[in-house]
Amino acid sequence: MVRINIDSKEVEANGESTLLELARKNGIEIPTLCHHQAVTPYGACRLCLVEIKKEDETKLVASCTYPVREDGITVLTQSPKVNRVRKMILEFLLARCPEVEIIQEMSAEMGIKQSRFILYDNDDCILCGLCARVCEEIIGKSAVSFTDRGPDRKVSTPFNEPSEECVGCTACAFVCPTGAIKVEEWDEIRFIEKWNTEIPLQKCAKCDMLYTPANTPGYILSKMQLPENLLRLCEKCRRKSVAESLSNYDVTSKNVIIKK
Amino acid sequence: MNVDLGKVDKLIDKYRDEEAAYIPLLQDINSEFRYLPRDALKRVSQKMEVPLSHLFRLATFYKSFSLVPRGEHEIQVCMGTACHVRGAPRVLNKITQQFQIYPGETTADQKFTVETVNCVGACALGPLVVFDGKYFGHLNLSRTDKLLEGYHEENKKSS
Ligand code: FES
Ligand code: FES
Repeated sequence: MVRINIDSKEVEANGESTLLELARKNGIEIPTLCHHQAVTPYGACRLCLVEIKKEDETKLVASCTYPVREDGITVLTQSPKVNRVRKMILEFLLARCPEVEIIQEMSAEMGIKQSRFILYDNDDCILCGLCARVCEEIIGKSAVSFTDRGPDRKVSTPFNEPSEECVGCTACAFVCPTGAIKVEEWDEIRFIEKWNTEIPLQKCAKCDMLYTPANTPGYILSKMQLPENLLRLCEKCRRKSVAESLSNYDVTSKNVIIKK
Repeated sequence: MNVDLGKVDKLIDKYRDEEAAYIPLLQDINSEFRYLPRDALKRVSQKMEVPLSHLFRLATFYKSFSLVPRGEHEIQVCMGTACHVRGAPRVLNKITQQFQIYPGETTADQKFTVETVNCVGACALGPLVVFDGKYFGHLNLSRTDKLLEGYHEENKKSS
């Protein structure tokens, strides 16, 4: 067990955990953009910087990737140094995406009215890589990843063309902190703008409602065992059909018997 | 363009048992074809069971990989500070005009690729051009002319 001090609060870590996780568990808030508990931390946005002190040495680390291992370190999440650097990072982010609400809010909280930097080609994407991580680690598709480097770095599909791998689940859009991944639906098509990818939608076998991207049920079936006929139905019809099949059982009796 | 996938397979077999040997494999493919053909990347992705997006990430990250066919001869014009003040822009102009291409492009006959680099560490020789790995320093317009002519002649002879 490791005992450390975060913002003059004594906390204990049982087992492997990062500074960020430990702080949050103890009710200490650290701002983050590129962190999501479902995927491996990546340390891209640097907003979660904290100052750690051991004896006389202090250093800034990204709390989302910093493992809690040493006893007796002191962590400051709001020190003047941390705030100065965090403010700077936010100013950069604000210059890059002046239209993104969460960045506006975070900047306002830090007392930034306007960024001192001007960027002419704005981009809502802050290159946190959450979309790529979720697609790889959770969905298991790796349809997108970082491409190019330096100022040209972006997240994209292979050859910047409509993705062949994408199943249209839009998990990427869901985790994107800035809303840079826009999804539209029209005429039996789901369109993910950022990946320039169109996915046909499938109709419910019973009620004809468009309810899922056409290749998703197949992909789900390949990953886990589920009754195939249920995946052909929309959520409502699925519930109905389960309820109907339950009505064949006498659920009030202790030994469930199938009614004739 | 048709890509000989047999060649790709051979290269893949060479690295089959090594874990995460994608970069050397891509390097071999790149030098075999003078670029990374799209079909070759797809083949690697299938056979090595690595997502295509990961290969694309590597291919676009490293400067030594190219996704478009490169010329037989590579001309790198140094545009670093020292070469720049010693007249590299004029040399570059000369070369791009001669071949009628922009830096970074390849001539239509697939013979020459011209690109700019920033300092190759031989500033005392500036302005400087690296032609197929050989350094040619102290260039001025007429010497550039000669350099290109020399290569043209050689090409004529060999073809
Ligand atoms: S949350 Fe730690 S770097 Fe983004
Ligand atoms: S600037 Fe050209 S070699 Fe250094």
